[in-house]
Amino acid sequence: MLALLVAFLAIGCGPRASQGKALDRLRAAGVLRWGADIQGGEPYVYDDPSQPGHLIGFEVELAAALARELGLRAELVQNDWANLVPSLERGTFDIVLNGLEVTASRTGRVLYTHPYYVFAERLMVRREDTELRADLGSLRGRRVGTLANSLAFEMLRGTAEPVVYDGVEEPYADLLSGRTDAVLLDDIIATRYGATKPGLKVLGDLRDGYYAIAVRPTEPDVKEAIDLALGHIAASGELKRILEASHIDNERQARLVTWSAADQAAMLGQPLPPPTFNRGHVVLFLKGAGITLFLSVFAMVIALPLGMLLSILRMYGGPVTRRLAGAYVEVYRGTPVLLQLYLLYYGLAPVLKLGAITAAIIGLGMNYAAYEAEVYRAGMQAVPKAQLEAALALGMPLPLALRRVILPQAVRHAIPNVTNDFIALLKDSSLVSVITVVELTKQMTITAVDVRSWIGPGLTCAALYFAMSYPLGILARRLEKKLEGERDESEAAPEAAPS
Amino acid sequence: MIVVDHVTKRFEGRLVLDDVSLTFARGKVTAIVGASGCGKSTLLRCINGLERHDSGRILVGELEVTQAPTTLHRVRREVGMVFQQYGLFSHMSALANVMEAPRSVLQLPHAEARARAEALLEKVGMSHRQAAFPRELSGGEQQRVAIARALAMQPSALLLDEPTAALDPERRVEVVKVLAALAKEGTTMVIVTHEPAVVGVADVAITLQRGRMVR
Repeated sequence: MLALLVAFLAIGCGPRASQGKALDRLRAAGVLRWGADIQGGEPYVYDDPSQPGHLIGFEVELAAALARELGLRAELVQNDWANLVPSLERGTFDIVLNGLEVTASRTGRVLYTHPYYVFAERLMVRREDTELRADLGSLRGRRVGTLANSLAFEMLRGTAEPVVYDGVEEPYADLLSGRTDAVLLDDIIATRYGATKPGLKVLGDLRDGYYAIAVRPTEPDVKEAIDLALGHIAASGELKRILEASHIDNERQARLVTWSAADQAAMLGQPLPPPTFNRGHVVLFLKGAGITLFLSVFAMVIALPLGMLLSILRMYGGPVTRRLAGAYVEVYRGTPVLLQLYLLYYGLAPVLKLGAITAAIIGLGMNYAAYEAEVYRAGMQAVPKAQLEAALALGMPLPLALRRVILPQAVRHAIPNVTNDFIALLKDSSLVSVITVVELTKQMTITAVDVRSWIGPGLTCAALYFAMSYPLGILARRLEKKLEGERDESEAAPEAAPS
Repeated sequence: MIVVDHVTKRFEGRLVLDDVSLTFARGKVTAIVGASGCGKSTLLRCINGLERHDSGRILVGELEVTQAPTTLHRVRREVGMVFQQYGLFSHMSALANVMEAPRSVLQLPHAEARARAEALLEKVGMSHRQAAFPRELSGGEQQRVAIARALAMQPSALLLDEPTAALDPERRVEVVKVLAALAKEGTTMVIVTHEPAVVGVADVAITLQRGRMVR
């Protein structure tokens, strides 16, 4: 099965253009497909607020100018930012042009053109903060927000505790609410999304960095052509005009006009060989699996009693509680758990500042409670009505009858389904990465981008999920069989059924 | 003594009990007969509050039956009930079924509840099966355990709703025997039934027709 998968992945590896032919291919198609993520927001690539559906931003302008220089038409391909390089490698688009920072680990995997922007890694903290200084050392052990697989992420890793986000607004919101101690991100982002918050202040810039276009290593002719075109655009003053229009031009950009081969070599530095998938990663994966299991177990600890309460209210409550419990179940089942997690973590932050793990457990627990309520309801309905009436007729108050007669049997009926739901929860728990929890799946995607391969990390991740869920699956089937056996027996008993 | 006084009950507009008045005397066995759907079972269920009657009064001893929780519990401790479908608790043994209400409702000590349950199982001829679960018992055996369970609360009257209707003829005999023995001891019973042998146990037989009494 493994061999088959590898073969399949090898076939799907995208265009393997022979040297020098790539540019011809682009010219024949007449299109320069550039990969970017619209979620990166203003001023890179974003929806024109006055004309929704129409994309604007300095990278849109730049892509158009480059395409024009090359005699092509620019076409944007939307792609999740953290996976731009893997998508480039598999041929989803021709170039990456989207605030892609030049990093040592990426230098080995893509060809970088000359840079089109010089940025600074800007450290922001809360206004009242007096402890932190503008150097990496002072961040030791601190929670620092940034984007996954960014230059800042690489800088922080090993010193601080990086807290990774997918969007640019959330890191600053969390800093403001005290969930993190600082945010390290490119100055463009810091200016637009951080400095606009009165509760935050700029501590300083840690280093310069570069945005450059990434090209597949097998296509140096495309890189040469883009370098030439960029040179024209910079020399003619068009690049400056584009940057000015987005209010991001500054004295640092002057270097771009006179960019030399020596500058390029200095920018790239010593390329680091891409790390291979190793034992250290497996340890991280095991940690991720531990977090997945931890989240799932505690979410279930919330879901089971809450689900039982809901099902009891729904079946035996008064008209109002009955309707409220029904509404809870329908709302939670009828909306995406992803949205529920967002609202709980970011939406409630101004009034209720939950930690990421706490929010993840509560969010998943409250969602699964809706499903468990239905499972218990089915279990209660499976208990013959005569038993409840017999209990009441013996003088048991309803709560006592439920506790002694109905629930013990309903729970037994529910066990196989609860086990199946727990298996589903193990996998659904991967959704909590949107609120900065790094569990097994998120660890896998971070590692896969690092080591340039999805096979090792993907299979390891799959094996770990399987190792957690398979024994539970067997358990669920056994319990189901056992219950079925009991039911058969009771049906086979003489005269048990009414004539 | 149970008094039913001008009781009326409708189900979704259909008249099920039409101005029924009856008195069940202490120590007597009354059989209520009549065609299916004539309101026999509903009458029993109104007496112990499983159904709410629309008008009229029902008295159990001094107590008027209402849906107020405290009243309901007192009424139900006075009148035990046995169902056509037995309603034994599937997850409990025969002995545990009989012990359950004395333990959880009357809060009797374990030993006392157990002694009471064993004596009652002996009385209905089920001592030898006290460890069995309902699914392991025949219908007749289940019904005898259900009778013991109702008696365990020491009610002043027993309501039986078609206690033999779900049983084979040969199994009915064992239940009828138990009923006859209870009648001999002077247990107050109201039995809804179609079964001539059960009617034979009764001191009085009353016929209900379309919700009305036609003695």
